[in-house]
Amino acid sequence: MIVGLDMGGTNIDAIVLDQGQIIKTVKKPTDRENLFQSIWAVLEELLVGIDKRKISRINLSTTVSTNAIVEKKADPVGMIVQRGPGLPYEFQSCTGEKVFISGYIDHRGQVVKDLDLREIKKAKDLFKEKHIKACAVVTKFSARNPSHEQRIKKLLDKEFPLTTMGHTLSGKLNFPRRVYTAYLNAAVSNTFQNFAGSLKKSLARAGIQAPVYILKADGGTMNLATAHEKPVETILSGPAASLLGLIGMCPTEQDALLLDIGGTTTDIFFLADGVPVFEPLGIEISGYKTLVRAIYSVSIGLGGDSRIRVDNGTIQIGPQREGPPYAFGGPTPTPTDGLIVSGLMKANGETLAKARQGMEVLGRQLGLSPEGMADKVLNAMGDMLKNKVESLLQELNEKPVYTIEELLYGKRIRPQVIHVIGGPAKAVAPLLSRKFNLPCHCPANYQVANAIGAALARITTEITLLADTARGFLSVPELGIYEKIGRSFTLEQAREKALK
Amino acid sequence: MRTIKAKNKLGLVFFPAFDWAIHPTHSEREERLLYTQDQVFEEGIEDIAGIRFYNPVMATEKDVSRVHFCVPDVPSRLTQSHLVAAGGAIVALQKVMEKEVDKAFALVRPPGHHAQRIVHGSRGFCTINTEAIMLEKIRQMYGPLRVAIVDTDCHHGDGTQDIYWNDPDTLFISIHQDGRTLYPGSGFVEEFGGPGAYGYNINIPLPPETGDEGYLYVIDNLVLPILAEYKPDLIINSAGQDNHYSDPLTRMNFTAQGYAKLNDKLNPHVAVLEGGYSIEGGLPYVNVGIILALAGLDYSHVVEPDYREERFRQPKEITEYIARLCEVIYTYWKERDRLKEEHYKGLDHFERTRRVYYDTDGILENQAERFKICPHCSGVNTIDSRSDQGAQILAVIIPRDACPDCVDEGYKVYREATSRYSKIYLQDRVNDCFLAK
Ligand SMILES: [Zn+2]
Ligand SMILES: [Zn+2]
Repeated sequence: MIVGLDMGGTNIDAIVLDQGQIIKTVKKPTDRENLFQSIWAVLEELLVGIDKRKISRINLSTTVSTNAIVEKKADPVGMIVQRGPGLPYEFQSCTGEKVFISGYIDHRGQVVKDLDLREIKKAKDLFKEKHIKACAVVTKFSARNPSHEQRIKKLLDKEFPLTTMGHTLSGKLNFPRRVYTAYLNAAVSNTFQNFAGSLKKSLARAGIQAPVYILKADGGTMNLATAHEKPVETILSGPAASLLGLIGMCPTEQDALLLDIGGTTTDIFFLADGVPVFEPLGIEISGYKTLVRAIYSVSIGLGGDSRIRVDNGTIQIGPQREGPPYAFGGPTPTPTDGLIVSGLMKANGETLAKARQGMEVLGRQLGLSPEGMADKVLNAMGDMLKNKVESLLQELNEKPVYTIEELLYGKRIRPQVIHVIGGPAKAVAPLLSRKFNLPCHCPANYQVANAIGAALARITTEITLLADTARGFLSVPELGIYEKIGRSFTLEQAREKALK
Repeated sequence: MRTIKAKNKLGLVFFPAFDWAIHPTHSEREERLLYTQDQVFEEGIEDIAGIRFYNPVMATEKDVSRVHFCVPDVPSRLTQSHLVAAGGAIVALQKVMEKEVDKAFALVRPPGHHAQRIVHGSRGFCTINTEAIMLEKIRQMYGPLRVAIVDTDCHHGDGTQDIYWNDPDTLFISIHQDGRTLYPGSGFVEEFGGPGAYGYNINIPLPPETGDEGYLYVIDNLVLPILAEYKPDLIINSAGQDNHYSDPLTRMNFTAQGYAKLNDKLNPHVAVLEGGYSIEGGLPYVNVGIILALAGLDYSHVVEPDYREERFRQPKEITEYIARLCEVIYTYWKERDRLKEEHYKGLDHFERTRRVYYDTDGILENQAERFKICPHCSGVNTIDSRSDQGAQILAVIIPRDACPDCVDEGYKVYREATSRYSKIYLQDRVNDCFLAK
């Protein structure tokens, strides 16, 4: 049995899966003031009557790290940054203490200018004086040669055991993103460790021995020990959970458009040959651009409860939500009211009457009957989605390429099918099918898609392997591998090595 | 400041063509832009608000024929990579013309500024002229434009010189290491333009060991004043990076800071990468410097890690020589109309013969050119070209500004040309029509 739990901003969903069958689900509101307690309450209820020995793993998607960042409750960080030649980045949005040091490692990983140990000593004294608890060390091109980061960490280790090194988080080249990623990692490490500690204790007390895995934004999982080191990878795992749920419920090998239509927003995802499309570099959170690998997802302010207005004869849907649909006592007409009036969503007499009333108010401004208005609303909603999806696809398909082969014959994403989940999913499916001229499916059990997604997630890890045959050197920064190779090292050998 | 914002919106066409080389050990090979790419990525350029990356498109056969006479034809002279490089430059300038960006930089390869109108093969790693194909396509799309091309590659831009030799609407300025000391051995002050555009081809040959000081002196005291008088609609920079002190093929002492300042001062609408073969110690820093300068960002910290100021202080004799040279050239420029009178007075046509060597392919070509001196336009002209590989062709060029008489004459020459040529070409730039028989 697998336990899957997804903690969202509003609700926590959890399920128990046994051989692919859902055997139990629990849904409870999230208490933002006590995230651990919220999770624990859900787990306790979920596991009543379940044989705890039969649980093979527990997969959690949590907002612990996300919240700390978004709500600015993260710790101040002591940063040591080696910028080298280039833009004079100040990294003002990293709160805490920043020390810029001399020394430089070039693009081939060669030390051009060594560290000045006095500068490190000074930084350490400053951090102590300012009562800094977590530190981050990032040097330019550390993905090519981490020796400066490693030496600095060693010098800090005794006083600052929570020191994040940039190269351990990503092997990709993007110095500012590496700095922000390391900063965020250090800033949430205390918060995450407290959470993980409480979880471990409570599980032990409850006699649960199953290993715990934490969901990452790329849809993979990592064990608690890894999560301790890289808590930043747990941010924004929610969209990944719902995407995994969608894939789990309706697998495909085609290019696909996946939509999760909620009350306030719609999340848009794409599959290329059945495989999720990823953010090219990494996810952005609270304005920090990071190297945290993540599933590509775009959220737009268009949902079942979005406010509808008529402005100078044109319909505006969203991006705000002002409450529930008009039919259910809300203040403004919404797409849901349109769906009810057009008969796509079933409703009893009184609700239907209210929905009609909502459409009538809007329709009057355009000289339309309630039915005509409902039609117009749904059309507008379909057009908005279609336009957005098309512009995203254009952007994705125009992403920079660097070889003639890719330029001429590279993969272009062209969805062949739509999968949609969320409250209004079933009702809007025919509309989407017509607008996009594609088959559109909506799976059952979509209410717990996120929890299913969490349960189905697997361990993933990303590595970047660079073989520099001229210098006779191979590196995999994420695994701390830096070794010598011969000049004849081939791409095939590299592939073999990477899969090991 | 979470994201840095560029002052000028900058479009980058960055296309290293990692799957193309002239041959595996040639300077113009796959990894030429690899380290530049590393530096650009590590610097976080792609996250700077206001800087956008664009993919190239393929230039078409017609785009090539608008500029060149490929012998025997376009497909047999080119690889896809050439069309992508030219197409990349077209995209870059198009984004500027459409005002999607303020400036653009096409980092494409292979280079093109040694490619002349007639193409029997490759010269100086170049087969087709990237900037000229770009510019002529843009003129075709957006109408007449007065343009200055400033070639800052260390080698004389002899291909671009040939293409715009007789075109008064395209001022060509080449700043390069003196032709007595470097390939292709041309680019002297006396090469001042054809009868239809005398004074609009300006060569500035600099002595070896010229550094930032001398180079920037030329920009401030010669190039910028000339540009201010010429008043171009567009400035194109043929941005060769082989003046760098670490370049293996040349002997200049230009630095990344120098390149960045040059672009800051010159302020081109579009820069197109030309040569530059110090792929590890030069290009990564020079390119980042140029990108930041074009975007209006702080480039003062872009310094090569091995740069030592004392090493590159320019000798006094060179400084003085350059000052005198600038004076001479500026005087020529000011006197261009009088000098033209002296040269071409009373003539109705002008002829010259020359030899062109294709070093990359080992081909020798003999050309006989004939320019009509027309009072109404820059004049129809022809090239009779014979290569030592056996081909003899005749090329007839009707310029963009041709008068009706010159158009008719061009067609007449094309129709009546004798059969001793293996191929006869007509380039009718007025009607954008290109024929061959
Ligand atoms: Zn050159
Ligand atoms: Zn004429």
